[in-house]
Amino acid sequence: MSMKTNKIIRLTLSYFVIAIMAVIVIYPLLWIIGSSFNPGNSLSGSTMFPENPTLAHYKHLFDADKSDYIIWYKNSLKISIITMVLTVASVSLTAYSFSRYRFVGRKNGLITFLILQMIPNFAALIAIFVLANRTGLIDTHLGLILVYVGGQIPMNTYLMKGYLDTIPKELDESAKMDGAGHLRIFFQIVMPLAKPILAVVALFSFIAPFGDFILARILLRSEDKFTLLVGLYELVAKQFGNEFTKFAAGSVLIAIPIAALFLVFQRYFVSGLTAGGTKG
Amino acid sequence: MEAEKVITTKHARNSTLLSIVPGMGQIYNRQFLKGIIFLVLAASFGIVFGDILNMGFWGLFTLGEIPKVDHSIFLLIDGIIALIVTVLGLGVYAFNLYDAHSNGKKRDLGLHLNSVREQYHNLIDGGFPYLMISPGFLLLIFVVIFPIIFVILLAFTNYDLYHSPPAKLVDWIGIQNFIDIFKIDIWRNTFFKVLGWTIVWTFGATTFQIALGMFLAIVVNQKDLKGKAIIRTILILPWAVPAFVSIMIFSGMFNETFGAVNKMILPALGLEAQPWMTEANWTRLALILIQGWLGFPFIFAMVTGVLQSIPEDLYEAATVDGASIWQKFTKITLPLVLFATAPIMITQYTFNFNNFNVIFLFNNGGPAVPGQTAWGTDILISWIYRLTMTSAQYGKAAAITMILSVIIIAVALWQFRKTKSFQEEDMM
Repeated sequence: MSMKTNKIIRLTLSYFVIAIMAVIVIYPLLWIIGSSFNPGNSLSGSTMFPENPTLAHYKHLFDADKSDYIIWYKNSLKISIITMVLTVASVSLTAYSFSRYRFVGRKNGLITFLILQMIPNFAALIAIFVLANRTGLIDTHLGLILVYVGGQIPMNTYLMKGYLDTIPKELDESAKMDGAGHLRIFFQIVMPLAKPILAVVALFSFIAPFGDFILARILLRSEDKFTLLVGLYELVAKQFGNEFTKFAAGSVLIAIPIAALFLVFQRYFVSGLTAGGTKG
Repeated sequence: MEAEKVITTKHARNSTLLSIVPGMGQIYNRQFLKGIIFLVLAASFGIVFGDILNMGFWGLFTLGEIPKVDHSIFLLIDGIIALIVTVLGLGVYAFNLYDAHSNGKKRDLGLHLNSVREQYHNLIDGGFPYLMISPGFLLLIFVVIFPIIFVILLAFTNYDLYHSPPAKLVDWIGIQNFIDIFKIDIWRNTFFKVLGWTIVWTFGATTFQIALGMFLAIVVNQKDLKGKAIIRTILILPWAVPAFVSIMIFSGMFNETFGAVNKMILPALGLEAQPWMTEANWTRLALILIQGWLGFPFIFAMVTGVLQSIPEDLYEAATVDGASIWQKFTKITLPLVLFATAPIMITQYTFNFNNFNVIFLFNNGGPAVPGQTAWGTDILISWIYRLTMTSAQYGKAAAITMILSVIIIAVALWQFRKTKSFQEEDMM
């Protein structure tokens, strides 16, 4: 067997494997898109390529009289954006201190963060629920946002500290020589260099609340406060399959912007993660 | 001669002793402004928190004495808040003692004490990191640390449906919950069944997604393969679509009566329809496959990044030395990839250990098992959820949460010791 046939076999096999994986990846996504254009409510009669596609489900979702979908969308966006801003602000401050200063309690603080990031904050579900009840923050977006931001801090601090450690300290030291204050070094020297990781943290902290289901479901009670996922889940959970096509339309409208955002930023992501990850 | 001067003054001792009343030591050291600030802080702390602390600790110890009047759980919350406030207060108090002592010592040695202006600069320099951390840290205390303390304490109470405020009181019962979980047959059997599946799930699903992601990354990264960009975009799609949406899609696709898997895919392959949602083992298989779909793109992207950074001459040198493809893989590719991504791989395992979403959203942890609190595919975390939300076994749920956390923390610490960066003095 010559080198050439060897190579052809190898490449054919590779393309074959990739083609199978591509089908496996794309099939469910096409299926949900197809379902969303199917007439009728139920899943049972739906096909991937409906004979008479309809936009009825999308229209229904955007009709404020019949559905709260737009309200849920606004709620989700509001919660995600506020969470993102607060997370980026507090995480960059915390990560910067851990990366640049040596102070009493630093090491213990880092270990605490490392352990905390391992425990998902809904493991303490009941505590969050009871605490929200006690403080009157149940069924408010504020309560949810605070829980999200708090939960995001440990992991993202770690990620960002790893990245900041790779920015040479000589830079801030020379700035200090030139008389720059703490805040000036932070805002004008280090943060501009940390843009890639800031983008990663921003995106993570935007997507996480957007994609969170369980905390929102526990803390939010009234329908007009629901986030997208809770609202959609309630739509199908009552009787699975009965409202599936509407659910499909709703899902497509969530998935498309998120996926687009994701694919655009994906490059930053991977470099940020591997940099932070290998450094610890 | 100066250095040998015998210390005759006892400012250090005096000021430390005086500082038992916060601020007095500083005033003794003639740092009046600082002393007054400490004094005012301490006084306002006492005035503002006095009642809260008093009531808080009473509540924490007794959990209330009169049913319908005392709400045990609220008392527990207030007690924890009192505890946190006390710890923070003690921290400031310790700093006050330390400060008085160190300044007193300086006076003993005849050193110059910092003026107000210098103190201000010191405070800004030394305090800056603390100042920066404090917003995040305070939030962390109330949304993460507080709930953890609450769950830990709850694990030692009998809080459940029958001991539920306001009608009934909750009591401390020591480690009875843990004893019950390991002694009472039904609890023990359920616990070990759930733990067993959790472990199988964690290793099965994670290893599958890592192997798949790594394999595809290596296949796609072949030099002479065309269309890399489009292939990578397609393969990364499952990561881009929100997991909630994907899981719900699969939940529809695996639906036994009208899902695409039973109606179209299996018949097309000449296979029989399977009870995906009603037979625990089939649900488990489906879950592992789905998690593979959801999780491989992350590994794929990560490994691709590492592969691209491996210098080509390594492979060329190996080829010259007559290495086979397999040798190149095991001797060059695999070690480099594993070295760079090991910490992330481990977090994948801990992530799946707690992967509530896929279990809950796919089939609600089902199929249901008659007579048991855990359903067929419940992992520890979804079992805890079920105990809390449907059967109101709060105390037991908290105890299991503690067991789960111990496992996670053990893994975390192990990983932590292995991670390269922590062995470097400066990084830590």
